[in-house]
Amino acid sequence: MPSRKPNISIANEPTIRHRPNENLSPLAPVDSNPTPSSATSLGRLAVDAQNISLTFETADGRIDALSNVSLQIAEREFVSFIGPSGCGKTTMLRVIADLQQPSSGTLLVNGMSAEQARLARSYGYVFQAPALFPWRTIEKNLKLPLEIMGFSDAEQRQRVERYLALVNLTGFERKFPWQLSGGMQQRASIARSLSFDPAMLLMDEPFGALDEIVRDHLNEQLLKLWQSTEKTVLFVTHSIPEAVFLSTKIVVMSPRPGRIIDIIDCDFPPDRSLEIRETPGFLKIAQRVRTGLRAGHSYDE
Amino acid sequence: MTSSSSTMPWRTAEIFVRHPLVERYSPLATTVLALIAIWYVAALAMNWTLVRDGFEREETPYAVADVVAGAMSAERPLLPAPHQVVAAFVDGVFGYPPLAPRSLVYHSLVTVSATILGFVLGTLFGIVLALLIVHSRVLERSLLPWIICSQMVPIVALAPIFIVVLGAIGLQGLLPKAIISAYLCFFPITIGMVKGFTSPDTLQIELMRTWSATPRQMLWKLRWPSAVPYLFASLKVAITISLIGAIVAELPTGAEAGIGARLLAGSYYGQTVQLWAALVASAVLSSGLIALISLIERGVARRMGAH
Repeated sequence: MPSRKPNISIANEPTIRHRPNENLSPLAPVDSNPTPSSATSLGRLAVDAQNISLTFETADGRIDALSNVSLQIAEREFVSFIGPSGCGKTTMLRVIADLQQPSSGTLLVNGMSAEQARLARSYGYVFQAPALFPWRTIEKNLKLPLEIMGFSDAEQRQRVERYLALVNLTGFERKFPWQLSGGMQQRASIARSLSFDPAMLLMDEPFGALDEIVRDHLNEQLLKLWQSTEKTVLFVTHSIPEAVFLSTKIVVMSPRPGRIIDIIDCDFPPDRSLEIRETPGFLKIAQRVRTGLRAGHSYDE
Repeated sequence: MTSSSSTMPWRTAEIFVRHPLVERYSPLATTVLALIAIWYVAALAMNWTLVRDGFEREETPYAVADVVAGAMSAERPLLPAPHQVVAAFVDGVFGYPPLAPRSLVYHSLVTVSATILGFVLGTLFGIVLALLIVHSRVLERSLLPWIICSQMVPIVALAPIFIVVLGAIGLQGLLPKAIISAYLCFFPITIGMVKGFTSPDTLQIELMRTWSATPRQMLWKLRWPSAVPYLFASLKVAITISLIGAIVAELPTGAEAGIGARLLAGSYYGQTVQLWAALVASAVLSSGLIALISLIERGVARRMGAH
């Protein structure tokens, strides 16, 4: 894995990067605006959500997918959203990604509205399924967002090479997705979401469909990747160990209505390995997450 | 030791039966043989009275064998025997120079050129319609009923009207036939491509959305490639329909040339053998066209990672 040394002075780095052939500038702020007033000493806020609510009208009546959710995420954090089905963790991620619009509340993503952030290509999204395009080789799948964003051919080639190496898939350029295992496909999809160097990585249960061993392996790889790229990662999961192992902050959510019931800070050493899961410190946090989940869980289903 | 002598031929038979070529083609060969047998029996039954009456009219003494022989080689049988059709077909294909008016090659070329032009026009028209339908709710509601209605009117009734109207505005020869053929074949293309263009799953569409893809990028990088398998399925239906359209279009044009002309002439003059030879020619043509499309499909599928 090539060690890409991240820019240390994050605070000085403009978060809105100019892309070649950026044709969306009328909507996206042209310059990196001064950081919002709520910025912490760490740097700007990657996500600043105030009282976000989202209700669906369905045939069975109103569903409060999110109710008054307020959340601040600083840049370079690794935040896990955990909670039972229907707690709104995925919805929250989709709202941040501008794939769904909240019914009320204010939301800033990298200091912009969610739509502007999407148009400025601020984030890469990883779904539970790899969603690779079956008619494209792995290499061409990685190139897809780059083609869409108008990167030059040389730049595309170079980035494909770099990000395939980052997820240990060098040598699989010419393979079609079906020729790869599920774990490898998901790694390719992570590389694809990183290939255009977004400031944020939004991951919706990316390892949910994989078996335990593969999952452990990918968790370690993701941790290294996060440390080497210093991106803000928002990570939705069902698994307590996964959340505690990866995160700097764990957001525990609860359903009906979807809300945040606890936010837990985690600060394990950056060079942690999977063995940390046996330590008392780890178990203590896991226990707190579990308690939160239990408190918010209704068993009337 | 008797067992060895009895198992040996059995084993040879088994090797023969398990041979890949035999395994692959024996079902087809069996059906073909069965059909030919049925055909011979039917030809015998249908031509029997015809031949027998012929003998009786001329007051020639005849035996059963004579009637059978006659039924198999009558000049204008009700149902020609397979070997007569094959002979007429082979004669039509190889017996004349390719551009002679009696050559089946010549008539096939006339029909195929109208078929291919109509097929290309119909395919383009069908794809454009599908694009309009996929991109606009209003157009979907306003166009779809007309598209369906267009296929309810029998083409045999429409073809003469087309020929007359197009002839009045100065269009003659190949183009009117191609237009009739296109009119028939755009339908499966439109239906297939609407399905194909809407086949990408939500995940793929949302992924494109997270990259802020433009509608045009959405079409060329997602909808179009997703629709390719549907396109080929539709093309295979469309090409045979195009051929039928071209043949039907040849009927009211005065039947100068083309498979349709041969069919018409054959039925006018009771030339049943010629009629059947023309039918075989059209069957061979449509199989050939489908095979061609399948070949292209296989090549495209391989490039698109099919397994």
